[in-house]
Amino acid sequence: MARVSDQPSMRPDASLPLERPVGGMLIAARSVFARSLGIILLIVAWEAVARSGSVTPFLLPTFTATMTRIWSDTLSGELLGNLGVTIYRSIAGFAIATVLGIALGTLMSRNRLVRWFFDPIISVGFPMPKIAFLPIVILWLGFYDVPKISMVAVEAIFPIVTATLIGIQGVERELLWSARNMGANEREVVWHVVMPAAFPQIMTGLQVALPIALIVAIVTEMLMGGYGVGGAMINASRLADSRGVFAGIVEIAVIGFVMVKCMALLRRRMLLWHQEAQDPTTV
Amino acid sequence: MKTFVRYLPLLLLAVAWETVSRLGIVSSLVLPALSSVAQAWFALIKEPDFWSNTAASLYRAGSGLLLAIVVGAALGIAMAWWRPLNVLLSSVVEMFYPMPKTALIPVTALWLGFGDGSKILLIFLGCMLPVTLGAYNGARSSDRTLIWSSRSMGASRLRVLWDVVIPSAMPELLNGVRTALALSFILLVTSEQIVSRQGLGYLIGYLGANGSYDAMFAVVMTVAFLGFAADRLYQVLMQRALAWRE
Repeated sequence: MARVSDQPSMRPDASLPLERPVGGMLIAARSVFARSLGIILLIVAWEAVARSGSVTPFLLPTFTATMTRIWSDTLSGELLGNLGVTIYRSIAGFAIATVLGIALGTLMSRNRLVRWFFDPIISVGFPMPKIAFLPIVILWLGFYDVPKISMVAVEAIFPIVTATLIGIQGVERELLWSARNMGANEREVVWHVVMPAAFPQIMTGLQVALPIALIVAIVTEMLMGGYGVGGAMINASRLADSRGVFAGIVEIAVIGFVMVKCMALLRRRMLLWHQEAQDPTTV
Repeated sequence: MKTFVRYLPLLLLAVAWETVSRLGIVSSLVLPALSSVAQAWFALIKEPDFWSNTAASLYRAGSGLLLAIVVGAALGIAMAWWRPLNVLLSSVVEMFYPMPKTALIPVTALWLGFGDGSKILLIFLGCMLPVTLGAYNGARSSDRTLIWSSRSMGASRLRVLWDVVIPSAMPELLNGVRTALALSFILLVTSEQIVSRQGLGYLIGYLGANGSYDAMFAVVMTVAFLGFAADRLYQVLMQRALAWRE
């Protein structure tokens, strides 16, 4: 099925049966519809239940009212500001975690002393609910961005380090031997053999870490208040403004979805050369 | 000896913590010495308040998680088993899986108030999808030839589900449960810190606001340790449960 001669540009359409151009578009449109059917039904059900009067608008505002609220927040610029702050915090923390995590994972796989020191720390620290440390971090770093971004980085770094470590350990010995045999020095081996070969695993770690980064950014905002989508939701909840709360949920669901999709797309792009890109994509 | 060498770095960190705080390099307000945190912990465990808060937290996490596992696993296997359900729900699952479940904290508080109910609902909703996805992926990847051969040997569809599909879904399902376990602690602690009058999360916020930082550190360490211990215990159980695979 997968041949080297296949053009990468042909890939996206490969899963669809080839038909006449117009028919192909129709089929694509239909499959998009089929895939979003569940979401559409969910929204219809939401609207119907909220309108039926069996629950008060306080407990469940209608979908249209929630969207109107989001629209008015967009017009006033409030939404964009809050979104920007939340995304900035999660991406900044995620970026720090990525750089430090990959570096630490690589160092741990190359150096036994580093490995000895960090191994128990990571195996004990990974399963801990680190969010419990937030009051302490506030004590140390105050409010605003710094404690939030550090919290995000601390939570996100664990999956990245472990994935890097596992990825590097899984690199085939034959690759290393042949690279060394052909005269590559240690640095070239790391950059040109180990890193590319471990990359799919590292990418998986990043894909696990990104939603965590977003979760932690929102949690810290909720716990500390202030700007950001999380803070706005908590304020709305304290003021018994249920439209604001549901608007927050819709916004957060959309950001999470977009972030995860972007990451999956990035993976497909960056791993075009890899075996896994040839496999049919699954649901 | 081997375990000692392995965990020596943790001991070194503890010693570093104690010296940094004892020598006054950082103020004991910012970082109480490990020994005073330990003292505060021993004082804390003598109080019945601490135990009732711990019990409240464990009850909430336990019942939410149990519901999530039962419903989530059933849903995931059903989605892999029955195509119409899959078509209907896969987009919903795909949409909500990456959603930070902590966003639901204000809603569950809105619906069920400040007590146990809102926490249990939150943990249930938050932990369900990892289990569902694990069960779904596991069930979907069950070996076709096993299904075919059991069918051809006269097993009914239900029998195949029970004897082939569910066992082969187990490893991934149990991995999903592990993710859910970690998630349940995060959801528990945050929701208790935000909207609660009971529980370990509440205790952390309460002690911190009162300025008794060594007691607060002690509770934080307790929560962290509980999360760690639960994960280790679960791993041991999981290995035992999956022993038939090797």
